[in-house]
Amino acid sequence: MTTLLSVKDLSIAYKVGSNDVVAVSNSGFDVPKGTIVGLVGESGCGKTTMARALTRVIADNARIAGGEIAFDGQDLAALPEAKMNALRWRDISFIPQSAMNSLDPVYRVEYQIMEVLRDRGGMTRRAARARAAELFEMVGIDKGRLRDFPHQFSGGMRQRAAIALALALNPKLVVADEPVTALDVIIQRQILDQLRTLQRELGLSVIMVTHDISVVAYTCDRTVVMYAGKVVEDCDTATLLNRPLHPYTMGLKNAFPDLKSAGSGVLTPIAGSPPDLADPPDGCRFAARCPFAAELCRSTEPAPLEVEKGHIVACHRASEAAQLRLEASKPQTWEAMA
Amino acid sequence: MSDSLIEMTNAQLHYKVGNSISAMMGLPSTVKAVDGVSLTLKRGESVGLLGESGCGKTSMGRVLVRLEQVTGGSARFDGKEIGQMKGAELQAFRSRSQMIFQNPFDAVNPRYSIRRTLEEPLSNAGIKRGEWHDRVIAALELVGLGDPEQFLERFPHQLSGGQLQRVVMARALILEPEFVVADEPVSMLDVSVRAGVLNVFRDVRDRLGLTAIYISHDLALVRYVCERTIVMYLGRIMEDGPTEDIVHAPLHPYTQALVAAVPTPHVDQSHAPLPIGAGAPDPRNPPSGCVFRDRCPLVQDRCASDIPQPRKIGTRLVACHFAGS
Repeated sequence: MTTLLSVKDLSIAYKVGSNDVVAVSNSGFDVPKGTIVGLVGESGCGKTTMARALTRVIADNARIAGGEIAFDGQDLAALPEAKMNALRWRDISFIPQSAMNSLDPVYRVEYQIMEVLRDRGGMTRRAARARAAELFEMVGIDKGRLRDFPHQFSGGMRQRAAIALALALNPKLVVADEPVTALDVIIQRQILDQLRTLQRELGLSVIMVTHDISVVAYTCDRTVVMYAGKVVEDCDTATLLNRPLHPYTMGLKNAFPDLKSAGSGVLTPIAGSPPDLADPPDGCRFAARCPFAAELCRSTEPAPLEVEKGHIVACHRASEAAQLRLEASKPQTWEAMA
Repeated sequence: MSDSLIEMTNAQLHYKVGNSISAMMGLPSTVKAVDGVSLTLKRGESVGLLGESGCGKTSMGRVLVRLEQVTGGSARFDGKEIGQMKGAELQAFRSRSQMIFQNPFDAVNPRYSIRRTLEEPLSNAGIKRGEWHDRVIAALELVGLGDPEQFLERFPHQLSGGQLQRVVMARALILEPEFVVADEPVSMLDVSVRAGVLNVFRDVRDRLGLTAIYISHDLALVRYVCERTIVMYLGRIMEDGPTEDIVHAPLHPYTQALVAAVPTPHVDQSHAPLPIGAGAPDPRNPPSGCVFRDRCPLVQDRCASDIPQPRKIGTRLVACHFAGS
């Protein structure tokens, strides 16, 4: 499988006062062509910063402090702004978290889609109008609603319109930032189904940013887990959920309610909170919350290693993972940390 | 003492909406947030109110702690009509029933220290000042905030979301209520701390023997907390019964769609299309008869004319003409 996007050693720093807060630190992952890759983690783990950096639309006080973003033979991290701008929408598009705020309330939806098609795609008015109708059909909105204003749409329809916009110019890569988080379960499911169907039909590559493991399980071929600005585990989704190698991934699974389990079970929290990224610890960033942390973990940061084919993990004790998984499935293992 | 604490009989909460212009245009002027709901909660029972946004679950919770009052029918607490309480009786009710809000950062005054946040209800309830300190400490310990002294002089922004939600819980519990409404109390929290807050909620409820309503759109969470679940849609109850039965064999077609839509952390999923139409209708203009009929796979002519009344099927009440047949 060819690789469409390869992020290597990427660091992104925010200037806060006179300090640098490194939100993403020496992290990377690959997106094979035609797959959906999930980027999961808790708030503040750097997943959204990472995703936004791929389009180079980042906050004013943020900068790419190192690393490369290899996309289709170019390094996006080093590309001049004019060239980068030419790639946006056409090669890489973005579905923002809150589609409610991403559509302009004072313009009709049709106008906003046509604007992208004409300014970015160089289409004529007539061609753009026809394409807008086609896009609406693709995402399952009646094309009679093209002339509506965003406020006339429900939340689910607005999210569909944002997807239509992202697909307008047949991009190679779509970056979706929590595309279903604000939606009810039924609409959430319908949007995810739609996204998957379109992804298969159009051969798209998608990066899906989410905090929800079950969304990843439902849609993503591969999953990248981030913690405190670092990629801690990266592998195909089935293996990640069935045989995780990193204690953080094991902990996340325990904390997640599962409707398919026999009883309502016990959810186990991970005690503590992530480290302050303005002053990260020396060793492994998860060590303070990890029930398996050893001396080495507190002094030396583990490097991400491909320990099995296609399974990358950054943990000193990855070779003992089978034993740790057993331990991690017991609530008392985690309670001891509280 | 009767063994039921909460009783609603044909309760309605209709909000007036729109203005003179929308009225001239002939648009409906009410939203029926709660429309003809009847239910009984036994003392010590925990019930999940499940439904999508706009189904009326939060409105119903607000009626039961008297943040809203019914516009028709009846809602009683310990035998007394909630809307008619006055004076000392109302004051006592304010202590006996409490609400835990969704977003802890919106639910507390950012300029109050944690001590003051927790002392305010004690002051309102007329508790003697000499008891305040001990009760504040006890409440913080109750919700699992170990070493409570260190929190007293801190302000909300100095706490993590999980800690602050525990403070909000402590504030709700400090007057030792009998009845608590928790409105999506963990939806703003990260997964790794969510479990901790839910465990505290379960633990405290069992220890104090609370009667509780847990409002959520997430069946997996409701299942973790409540033995009984009520499914609402557009202001009406669709299904009411033991949570495990609802999870494993939902009877109402709406519940079936909800259960099918819940994603789980497993890869082996069928991706079968949901048995339900797309958009929910405009709550100002719900369908006649059964409010669910325009999305329902079982719909027949009768659904447009007859409002289905809840009927007993096994362990459950189901408001559908055709469910289970």
